[in-house]
Amino acid sequence: MSLTYFSIDAWWWPYVFILLAGSLPTNIWRWLGVFAGRALRDDSDMLHWVKAVATALIAGVISKLILFPTGPLGDAPLLLRLSATIIGMVAFWLSKKSILVGVVSAEAVLLSMLLF
Amino acid sequence: MDSQPPESFPASNDAREPESRLVWYWRGVRGIVSVPAFILMLSFVGFGAFAREAGMSMSEAAFSTAIVWALPSQVVLAGSIAAGTSLGLVAIAVALASVRMTPMVAAWVPIVRGPHSTRLSLVLMSHFVAITAWIVSMNRLPSIPREGRGPFFVGFGSSLTICNTGITVLSFMLAGELSEVWRGALLFLTPIYFLTSLTAAAKLRSDQFAMLLGLILGPLIYLTGVQLDLLWTGLLAGTLAFFLAKALEKRKRV
Repeated sequence: MSLTYFSIDAWWWPYVFILLAGSLPTNIWRWLGVFAGRALRDDSDMLHWVKAVATALIAGVISKLILFPTGPLGDAPLLLRLSATIIGMVAFWLSKKSILVGVVSAEAVLLSMLLF
Repeated sequence: MDSQPPESFPASNDAREPESRLVWYWRGVRGIVSVPAFILMLSFVGFGAFAREAGMSMSEAAFSTAIVWALPSQVVLAGSIAAGTSLGLVAIAVALASVRMTPMVAAWVPIVRGPHSTRLSLVLMSHFVAITAWIVSMNRLPSIPREGRGPFFVGFGSSLTICNTGITVLSFMLAGELSEVWRGALLFLTPIYFLTSLTAAAKLRSDQFAMLLGLILGPLIYLTGVQLDLLWTGLLAGTLAFFLAKALEKRKRV
């Protein structure tokens, strides 16, 4: 039997669906992280390793979002997305690591090429 | 709690005053008037519109922001709802998209915990951990006295979640008003913001290597088509970075 979002005609069903198919599978990993993290000591090698793994994971998310975007960002050519990213990062370094300058520069490049 | 806060913490004397935890809570709340929070809110503008296209109602979309609180998971959820996927398969897809939470939360616990933390309070607080709150935690919590870290995080995390639930409602109502170009530009904010803020937060040599290796290996591993590609990226690039930093440190000492 296939139980989908639209298969039970009751007001509460979509909420139960979101809870079981969205919230629970995300929060289980968070709870697991709490139990794993309680065993970690401050400034230990183990903590540094876990932090490196988490950082690399987020870095992987970032490059996937830029290289293989879903939705309307995919309409912008790959070369444009890459050059906007690189120019944004250069501006970020030149401005002594100002996040705002980096983000605004990258967006300015992307938008100016898409709009004009 | 088994861990004691470091004795040498400069501001920890203030913590004996009962109001100081409340003060830190409010500082956390005020933290949402910041560049990271603003950028995350703009990124959420796209979600309400997407949820509407997927066939969710406004309150269902808002509910999912509040209770899932992870943009990639929510995108997978809404996409699967639109495709008419069955509950079990949606749950598996969402779980695969959010494995990153475990190492993130594990690294966050030793930073955020204080003398008042219990297992239950950490489990409840961990709901607010997502990439933005994680980066802000790693950046700001170490300079806050132990006693204030939990309250600061709860103030920041809960206000951010509430604001974005509101943004979801707003963008649901405004869906269709924004052109494709602007929606693309809003989606571009997320990776650029993560890239700059994570670079700014990576102060340890091992984190800087992890960042660089993750950026390169992430897409390569994805292209191989293996399951759980992000988890493998994290484990491989993170472990490599950790040992690389260790080796470099050793060479310097010799």
